[in-house]
Amino acid sequence: MRVPHSLGLLAAALSLALAGHARAQQHDHATHATPASAQQKPAAPPVQTAETDHAQMDHPRMDHPKMEHSQMDHSQPDASSMDHSRMDHSKMDHSTMDHAVGQAPSEPREPIPVVTEADRAAAFPPLKPHAMEHAPTFHSLVLFNRLEGWDADHGTGQAWEGSAWFGGDINRLWLRSEGEREGSRTESSELEVLYGRSVSPWWDVVVGVKQDFRPADSRTWAAFGVQGLAPYKFEVSATAYLGESGQIMASVEAEYELLLTNRLILQPLVEASFSSRDVPEYGEGTGLNKVEAGLRLRYEITRRFAPYVGVVHERLFGDTADHRRGEGGDATDTRFVAGVRFWF
Amino acid sequence: MSSDSFGTESGSGFRLSRRRFVTGLAVGGVATGFGLARLPAWANTARPMYQAPVLSGTDFDLAIGASPVNFTGRTRPAITVNGSLPAPVLRWREGDTVTLRVANRLADAHTSIHWHGILLPANMDGVPGLSFDGIAPGETYQYRFQLRQSGTYWYHSHSLYQEQAGLYGALVIDPAEPPPYRFDREHVVLLSDWTDLDPAALFRRMKKMPMHDNTYQRTVGDFARDVRRDGWSATLADRGMWGRMRMTPSDISDINAHTYTYLMNGNAPAGNWTGLFRPGEKVLLRFINGSAMTYFDVRIPGLKMTVVAADGLYIHPVTVDEFRIAVAETFDVLVEPAGQDAFTIFAQDMGRTGHARGTLAVRPGLEAPVPARDPRPLLTMSDMGHDMGGGGHDMKGMEGGCGANMSGHKGMEGGCGAHMGHGGHAAQGGGKAPVHAPSEAGNPLIDMQTMATSPKLDDPGIGLRDNGRKVLTYGDMKSLFDDPDGRDPGREVELHLTGHMEKFAWSFDGIPFAGAEPLRLNYGERMRIVLVNDTMMQHPIHLHGLWSDLEDEQGNFQVRKHTIDMPPGTRRTYRVRADALGRWAYHCHLLYHMEAGMMREVRVEE
Repeated sequence: MRVPHSLGLLAAALSLALAGHARAQQHDHATHATPASAQQKPAAPPVQTAETDHAQMDHPRMDHPKMEHSQMDHSQPDASSMDHSRMDHSKMDHSTMDHAVGQAPSEPREPIPVVTEADRAAAFPPLKPHAMEHAPTFHSLVLFNRLEGWDADHGTGQAWEGSAWFGGDINRLWLRSEGEREGSRTESSELEVLYGRSVSPWWDVVVGVKQDFRPADSRTWAAFGVQGLAPYKFEVSATAYLGESGQIMASVEAEYELLLTNRLILQPLVEASFSSRDVPEYGEGTGLNKVEAGLRLRYEITRRFAPYVGVVHERLFGDTADHRRGEGGDATDTRFVAGVRFWF
Repeated sequence: MSSDSFGTESGSGFRLSRRRFVTGLAVGGVATGFGLARLPAWANTARPMYQAPVLSGTDFDLAIGASPVNFTGRTRPAITVNGSLPAPVLRWREGDTVTLRVANRLADAHTSIHWHGILLPANMDGVPGLSFDGIAPGETYQYRFQLRQSGTYWYHSHSLYQEQAGLYGALVIDPAEPPPYRFDREHVVLLSDWTDLDPAALFRRMKKMPMHDNTYQRTVGDFARDVRRDGWSATLADRGMWGRMRMTPSDISDINAHTYTYLMNGNAPAGNWTGLFRPGEKVLLRFINGSAMTYFDVRIPGLKMTVVAADGLYIHPVTVDEFRIAVAETFDVLVEPAGQDAFTIFAQDMGRTGHARGTLAVRPGLEAPVPARDPRPLLTMSDMGHDMGGGGHDMKGMEGGCGANMSGHKGMEGGCGAHMGHGGHAAQGGGKAPVHAPSEAGNPLIDMQTMATSPKLDDPGIGLRDNGRKVLTYGDMKSLFDDPDGRDPGREVELHLTGHMEKFAWSFDGIPFAGAEPLRLNYGERMRIVLVNDTMMQHPIHLHGLWSDLEDEQGNFQVRKHTIDMPPGTRRTYRVRADALGRWAYHCHLLYHMEAGMMREVRVEE
C-alpha cells in the first residue's frame, strides 16, 4: 500500500479528533471517520460483542444521518474539505435510526466474527523465511541476427552480427559483436561488453567497453550509448566510442521488420559510422566513414530459426574512401548474402 | 473484428501445429495409473475418454506425484493428484468439517494446494510463504476447515508452475438448503490448457520472446486490404497509432494454441469428453476454467444456457447462448437438451486459435458437428480505454490523437507519448478518471496507461460483440442475495494493473510483487478496491480469503465473486469486507503474469 504522506497525517488528525468520543461510547465508530485512512488501525472493529449491543449502548451524541459521506472526498484527502462541524454529535438516537434500504447501515448485516486466540494463531502462523518460491528474475537471450556468407567477384566472405543480454527487466549485461572475414582473412572483429539499464519503457542506456581485434593491432574503446525500440517499432541503437588516443567514433544503427507474412519477413537495416579524426593506419577518415544498408528476407521455419537471403550495399565516404582506394580497394561494394538468424 | 487471412495462408508450418492441436490425441489423459484402466466399455469406439474420479465425504487422502501423460502424441511428465489429471473431483457438503491429508510424493519439489474461493483460516489457504511453509517432498500436510458455503469451486497448486503441469481439480460443495432451481443430473466441465513444454522453459521463452505465439500480426497484405477498404489516410492513421505505441492489435493472449492443447475434463478435443443426458432432463453443468493462461468462450450450439451461479454463488438466472469464462472463474449453467442425440460443448480460446470440445449425448460415442472458430478479433483503441469521447477529461497537451498516456512521457516519443496530466483530476465530479500512482510515472516496466473511466459491465468483450448470439456480460450477473454486509465502504484503494508486453513484465502500479508492500486491511472494515487496467491484456484478479463484491456503475452491490475479470480499458470497483484475519494472496490468475510480479499480499490485521 502506498499512501501519500498527507493521508497519514489526516488519518492521525481524525483519530485524535474522535478518540475521546469513541472511548466515551464504548464502541468505536472510527471506521466511519476514516474514509481516507489507509494505515490507521481502528481501535476496535464493530464486532458483535456485549459492548456493542445496541440495547445497552449509550449513543447520546452521534447523528449518523447527518454525516454526509457523499460529500467527503475520499480519494483526494484534504482536511480542509471535511467539515466536522456538520457532524451533529448532540442528539444521537440509535433506536430511531433507519437501517432500511436506501441508507447504508453502520453495522454489517452479517456480524463480523469475534476473533479468538485460535483465530489469531491460525491467521499468522510462524513461517520459514523464503517459503514462497519465486520464478527466476534472471533471464537471457542470445540472438545471432546475422550469420552469413557471400561469393562475390572479389572473393568469398563471411560476416556475423549478434547480441545477447543477461539479467532482469531493468538491469542487463549486454554483449554485442560483429565482424567480417574475406578470403579467409578477418577484416574486422569487435566485441562490446556493456552494462545496460532501462531508463524508460522503450530505451536502455548502455555503458561499457569495446574491443577491436582487427584490423591491425587491437584497440580498446570506452562505449556509451542508447538502444531501444523507437516509435513505429524501429529497433535503434546509437553508441559513441572514446579511444585511448582520444579519437571519438560513433555508430548508429536502425532496423525494421516488414511482415510480408507472419513467417516471411523483410528486414531493412542501415548502419553508419563516424570518426572525429583521420587515422589512416586503420583506414578511418574524419567525419562520416561508412554507410551500410542491407535488405534481408528471412523465412521463420520456427520462431527461433530462420534462413535468409539478402543484398548488402556498403559505401565509404571522404578520407575513408580515399584510404580504401589507396589500398587498391573500392569505395563501394554490393554483395548478395545468404545466412541464418537464430536465437536461444 | 477482421482477421488477417493473409497471415493464415502464409502460416503453413504453424498450421501444422494447429492441425496437431485440433486432432489432439484420441488416447488422452494419464497414460498410467487407474484412470485408463477404468475406461468404460464403450471405449472401443477408439475414442477412450478420461473421467477424473469423484471423491466424497469429509476425510480425504490426496497424493501429489509425477505421472506421464500424453495429449499430443508425446509422453510428457505431469504433476497429478492420485495419478489423475485433472485431479479428482472433491465432493463436500456445506457445514461439514473436511480433513484432507495432502502428501507430497514428488522427488524434488515442494508443493501446495490452494482451495480456490473457499472461506477458511489463513493457515489452510495453501499459499507457501503466506499461509504455510509448503509441503516438502515426503511430507504430508493436513488441511482441516469447516465449509461455510456451497457451489462450484476448484483447487490447484500455488507452488511455482505446478498448476500448468496439471495440478488442478474441481470442488463441488452440496448446499445445506436445496438450491433455488431443479435439475436431474449434473456434470463438471473443467477447462484447462496443456503444454508439452516444461512450464519453467515456457516462462523463460516468454521473457525472451513474448510475441512467440502471435503469428497473427498484421502484414503488408493486410495493409493493402485495409487501404482498399478504408482508404490511405485511415489506414495510415491506424498503423501510425499502433506503431507509435509499439503494439500489436492481434495481441489477444500471450500464449495460444501454438503452445497449448485445450482440455475438457482432461480430454483433448479428439478425446471428446462426453456427458450423458436423457431427453427432457434438466442438466446442471458446472463450468470451471482451470487454465494457466487461457480465456474460453463457451457455447453449446442448439441449446440455451441458463446461468444460475457465478464463482460458486447463486445469481439471478440469465439465459444466454454463450459466455466468456476468465481463468479461475466458475459458472453453473442449466441446459435442457432435447431433440438431438448429441450436442457439442464448444470452448474456443479468446484469441480464436484453438478450442476445447466435448459432447452432451444420450449415449457414449456420439458426436455433433463442431463449429468453426470465429474470426480472430483485433484490439481497437477503444478496447484499450483510449476513446476520445466522453469522460470529460482535460485533453489539453495531448499530442497525436490516440488518447493514450504512453508513459514514454516528456514528449520523448511524440504522438501517443503524450502525458495526460492527470494530476488534478483526483476524484472531482464522481472521481472516475484513473489516478495513476506516482510509481507508474516513467516506469520502464509500464508500456502504456489508460484513460479508462468505465467498468464496461455490459460489454460482451473482445471478439464477442455483435456475433448474433446472446453473450453473458458482467452486467448480467446479479447475486440472488442482497449485499451481505450492507455498509458503505469506509475507504477506497485504487490499484492499476500494469505491464510491459516486450519485457513480459507484470505488476500492480508498476511495482512487481518482490518489491511491493502488503495492502493492509483492518479487521472488520469494509473498503473499496478500484482496479484500472493499464495494459492491453485481460486479467482475472483473485483475492484469497475474502469475497470481492463487484459494484455496478452507480457503486451499488451487484454480484459477489472470488475472481474479477478486468478487460483492457476498464475501471471496475468492488467492495471487500475484511472479515478474515491473516495474510492473503491477491493476484492476476494468469499464471505467468503472477509469476512475473502481478501479485500483492493483502494483510488483514486487528
